[in-house]
Amino acid sequence: MGEPVISMRGVRAELGARPVLRGIDLTVHRGEVVALLGANGSGKSTAVRSLIGQVPVSAGGIELFGTPRGRFRDWRRVGYVPQRTTAAGGVPATVTEVVTSGRLSRARFGLLRKADHAAVRRALELVGMADRAKDSVDALSGGQHQRVLIARALAADPELLIMDEPMAGVDLASQEVLAGTLREQVAAGATVLLVLHELGPLEPLIDRAVVLRDGCVVHDGPPPRAVGQHALPGHDHVHPHAPAGAEPLRTGLLS
Amino acid sequence: MTFLDYAFMQRALLAAVLVGITAPAVGIYLVQRRQALMGDGIGHVAMTGVGLGFLLSASPVWMATAVSILGAVLMELIRWYGRTRGDIALAMLFYGGMAGGVMFINLAPGGSNANLTSYLFGSLTTVSPSDVTAICLLAAFVMLVTLGLRRQLFAVSQDEEFARVTGLPVRALNLLTAVTAAVTVTVAMRVVGLLLVSALMVVPVAAAQQLTRSFAATFAIAVAIGVSVTIGGTITSYYQYVPPGATIVLLTIAVFIALTALAAPLARRRARALAAAQPGGDPAECAIPAGRTPDGTVGV
Repeated sequence: MGEPVISMRGVRAELGARPVLRGIDLTVHRGEVVALLGANGSGKSTAVRSLIGQVPVSAGGIELFGTPRGRFRDWRRVGYVPQRTTAAGGVPATVTEVVTSGRLSRARFGLLRKADHAAVRRALELVGMADRAKDSVDALSGGQHQRVLIARALAADPELLIMDEPMAGVDLASQEVLAGTLREQVAAGATVLLVLHELGPLEPLIDRAVVLRDGCVVHDGPPPRAVGQHALPGHDHVHPHAPAGAEPLRTGLLS
Repeated sequence: MTFLDYAFMQRALLAAVLVGITAPAVGIYLVQRRQALMGDGIGHVAMTGVGLGFLLSASPVWMATAVSILGAVLMELIRWYGRTRGDIALAMLFYGGMAGGVMFINLAPGGSNANLTSYLFGSLTTVSPSDVTAICLLAAFVMLVTLGLRRQLFAVSQDEEFARVTGLPVRALNLLTAVTAAVTVTVAMRVVGLLLVSALMVVPVAAAQQLTRSFAATFAIAVAIGVSVTIGGTITSYYQYVPPGATIVLLTIAVFIALTALAAPLARRRARALAAAQPGGDPAECAIPAGRTPDGTVGV
């Protein structure tokens, strides 16, 4: 197993007075694809946002590529796909302009060279959006929008991809494109941490699943496979090694 | 072109052009981050600076610059720390700034609200040579920031969270935007006045958006509109004896309305051209499903 790329130990975080993370441990090794699962409000988005420094951490340690996050400066190694809401600003912007901002971590003083423009084009081709390069992002569907955000993260050729619900509100065709893109990245050696609501078409790619509930890790191991009756829609996943007497683990994965 | 014979008109036109460039150049980032009214807020705060300038017999332009930078930084800090009640804090800053201006100017020896009027609504023809120097220096700073750092400012204004993960100094860039906006307000103060500043920051950008799909084109067209209306408004006011600030703002709004009216047919033509360029592509209208007759009855 490769060296740890992400390492969170005993991480706690509060939003206002409400504890959202209550001491979570999460390690992602080089080349691994880890899914962070859990119901709404379980803390999975907060965990990812504390990782990138968007949410302050009240206790615990976070390391990226072996460097404490506070001292981590090598952001070109990280590609981040935020939960979709923020991509369109108040002014029109083309697909290329949005994806180019993902390349800034590699461009000194914001000056772009030929190689940078080529990387932006390559990222757009990877997600199948090269033909929409000059279109305004306002004119895109939800799935296309998400593909643009993923291209933006890929533009810097990152070693680690962090994606917050990349499949939320994405049509089936785009889901397939995204799964294909991710497969190529993983084959090329990328490490991936995905926040997911349901495994969906990404399931075959995932090496390990970490399930959060109420800000605690309740499962860390092979992804929960839905079989037989569990695969029926609306069925809540009851975890086999949940402590006796505990209420069924409601991950929301299949609901 | 007799108006160019007068030194005061030369100064007025130079100041007007610089404002026409800088106000939309900063405004586009404010509009992008959906803080279109920030310029208005800074304008209110700058009034305290003008009042202080009179009270301390210092230059009102430089004093307004200092106070509005302070106010802009304060607004940025409120945005970071006071998420929930940020709007209330901002309101207090705005009206505190305005009240402070009125108070200080009336405390100043021989000062009255009449002195304030030229700053509130602009007084282009009284721009002095030292004002021009100040305006040139400040405008150079604004252009350097808005053009030189356009990719960084675009990234931060588009998606702050993502920008942080590309390693950009997000807080520093936000502060720089606020400071640049404050400087622009004081540059524009003599031309359109503090109460009308925000119009030149926002309306050219909104007008340009009617025609554009890219940020770069929006920037270029907004600046072109800004320069056209400030020159047009200044010359109109010379010949028609109307206040230049108000003329400029009304002209800008007229441009916005004209471009909005143009935009709809333009978009339709663009869509038709696109459909024509892709034979066999998506049809423009839904096909009537087979088996459905025109009167709406479905054949079985």
